[in-house]
Amino acid sequence: MNAVVDSGRPMLETRGLRKNFGALEVARDVDFTLHAGARHALIGPNGAGKTTFVNLITGALDASGGDVFLNGDRITHVSEAGRVKRGLVRTFQINTLFTGLTVLENLYLAVSEHAGVAARMLRPVGSRPKVVAEAMHLLEMLQLQDDAARLITELPYGRQRLVEIAIALALEPRVLLLDEPAAGVPSAESHIILDAISGLPEEIAVLIIEHDMDVVFRFAEKITVLVSGAVLATGTPDEIGSNAEVRSVYLGEGHHA
Amino acid sequence: MADANMTPQPSPAVQQLLRRHRFRVVELLPWIAAIAVFYLFPGYRLLATQVLVLILFALSVDLIVGYAGIVTLGHTAYFGTGAYAAALLARPEWQETLWNVGAQPLVGIAAGTVAGALLGLISGWIILRTRELTLLMLTLALTFLLHELAKDIDGLTGTLITGGFDGINFTMNPILGIFEFDPIFYSTNYWYAFAVLVVGFLIVRTIVNSPFGATLVGIRENVRRMHAVGSPVQRRMLMVYVISCAIAGLAGAVWVQVQDNVTIAVYEFELAGAILIMVILGGTGRLYGAFIGVLVYMILENLTETVLGTDPPYWELVVGGALVLTVLFAPRGLLGIGEDVSTMLGRKRR
Ligand SMILES: Nc1ncnc2c1ncn2[C@@H]1O[C@H](COP(=O)(O)OP(=O)(O)O)[C@@H](O)[C@H]1O
Ligand SMILES: [Mg+2]
Repeated sequence: MNAVVDSGRPMLETRGLRKNFGALEVARDVDFTLHAGARHALIGPNGAGKTTFVNLITGALDASGGDVFLNGDRITHVSEAGRVKRGLVRTFQINTLFTGLTVLENLYLAVSEHAGVAARMLRPVGSRPKVVAEAMHLLEMLQLQDDAARLITELPYGRQRLVEIAIALALEPRVLLLDEPAAGVPSAESHIILDAISGLPEEIAVLIIEHDMDVVFRFAEKITVLVSGAVLATGTPDEIGSNAEVRSVYLGEGHHA
Repeated sequence: MADANMTPQPSPAVQQLLRRHRFRVVELLPWIAAIAVFYLFPGYRLLATQVLVLILFALSVDLIVGYAGIVTLGHTAYFGTGAYAAALLARPEWQETLWNVGAQPLVGIAAGTVAGALLGLISGWIILRTRELTLLMLTLALTFLLHELAKDIDGLTGTLITGGFDGINFTMNPILGIFEFDPIFYSTNYWYAFAVLVVGFLIVRTIVNSPFGATLVGIRENVRRMHAVGSPVQRRMLMVYVISCAIAGLAGAVWVQVQDNVTIAVYEFELAGAILIMVILGGTGRLYGAFIGVLVYMILENLTETVLGTDPPYWELVVGGALVLTVLFAPRGLLGIGEDVSTMLGRKRR
């Protein structure tokens, strides 16, 4: 399985990616490759720069140096929206939703943008029932259909996390960056989210940032460890689990036997 | 029943979204009221005409403030530019040069609309790159700049263009060559403003109910998320800004046409502040908030000045108080209160 993935072509690549916030270096010459169909985890202590790395890849933040490639194209200077249009999609560590709108409206905004009808201003929303139906279909996939008419603010945090994922799927990603998708979700509910992630279409290249090592080792075929903005190690779960440096910096003794 | 099983009903949430644009009977209310006012209060027609025009102006402000969440204190820049565009075209001295079409009302409103849109495009292109306080200051600065320009350009250029403080007086030609403006009973003037408001309102209503309108609300609700769903946020904001400025320019043009003159007041900061207050009073991002806000504001102003006089300006105390109360206790405006009351009544009935 790993061999197949490793031989896949690189979908996403960063070369020498750098970012400073003033004197603080949050990304130090990060070289990173995400292969087609990959199930790749990015781990590292809090403040290591994982979220910043995602922001640099998606263009939410401008890099101080280095390049980002998507499917072989240099996208370093492509706008955030332009990268989404090319299939580079992310979820947020902290829910970033249209809080004053209903769950269905949240999905509608993503679907209509992805379908390229969002700039139309002469016909009502209702003149395209297909777009609304597609939004509803995505909600059903994540078992959110009963919450469709509720405002985001009325949903428990765990269900809001599912909306984050539904929105990402609405954009039909080729590369999906999941920033701690189960963060803040009670463990009783987190399995819904993890099931949704396990059930993602195979052809999507997935990078997941996750603190729960059980989840990481179950899901990931490859792991990259980021410490203080630099890549400490990349390898299979076994390699990472037995890497002495990683264990001392990050995992702590005897965490993953 | 069997049929219902064959073709499953879309869920209520879906239906709600699909039907949101449909006209409801209550939406006739403001228009019936406007028609009634014409006949019931003939002595207040100038005020009523002004209310209609200001509603259109308020709608343009609501489009960017209430829907897209772009807060501005400078929308008189576009209102005033539309006003001066129409007034300049109607200047008696220029009529021959302008092939005698300058004083045609429809030419004037077309010019006002285009002038507002053009200024919106140029200024918006710069202003919308900034956020929050900077954006607010830039909109203000533009208004002050144009105000000074309109006031002093005659002295600077040695010609008589804007008439400085005194402004320009003119006489409009009949609408379509048929309906003469009426400076005494304001009847044509009123229906003219009414017609323009109907058209302007339908345009705004269509836009806010469209997919484009939905993206504006998305930008207001969470701009980071809009970027992350692949929305060209900057372009959308510029688009709605230009549309809003065009409508503001249209309102400005009608404002001066129905009154046969333009004065520097159309560029004044007071008006920019007042129109924002009207929208907030009525309820932002809800179309009819503009109607209620303008109406309540204008009536309150008129009442206060009639009852308490203009010296000292009690009116400013009243409007200040009303604004504080709204912001603190009814952030969704008077219309929001109305919505709450009607849901409550609806629940009781059930
Ligand atoms: N916008 C910002 N400005 C300044 N410092 C930031 C900003 N965003 C993140 N940081 C800092 O960068 C470091 C990395 O943050 P982050 O990428 O969120 O780490 P992680 O996701 O790995 O926990 C932290 O020290 C954080 O305080
Ligand atoms: Mg993080």
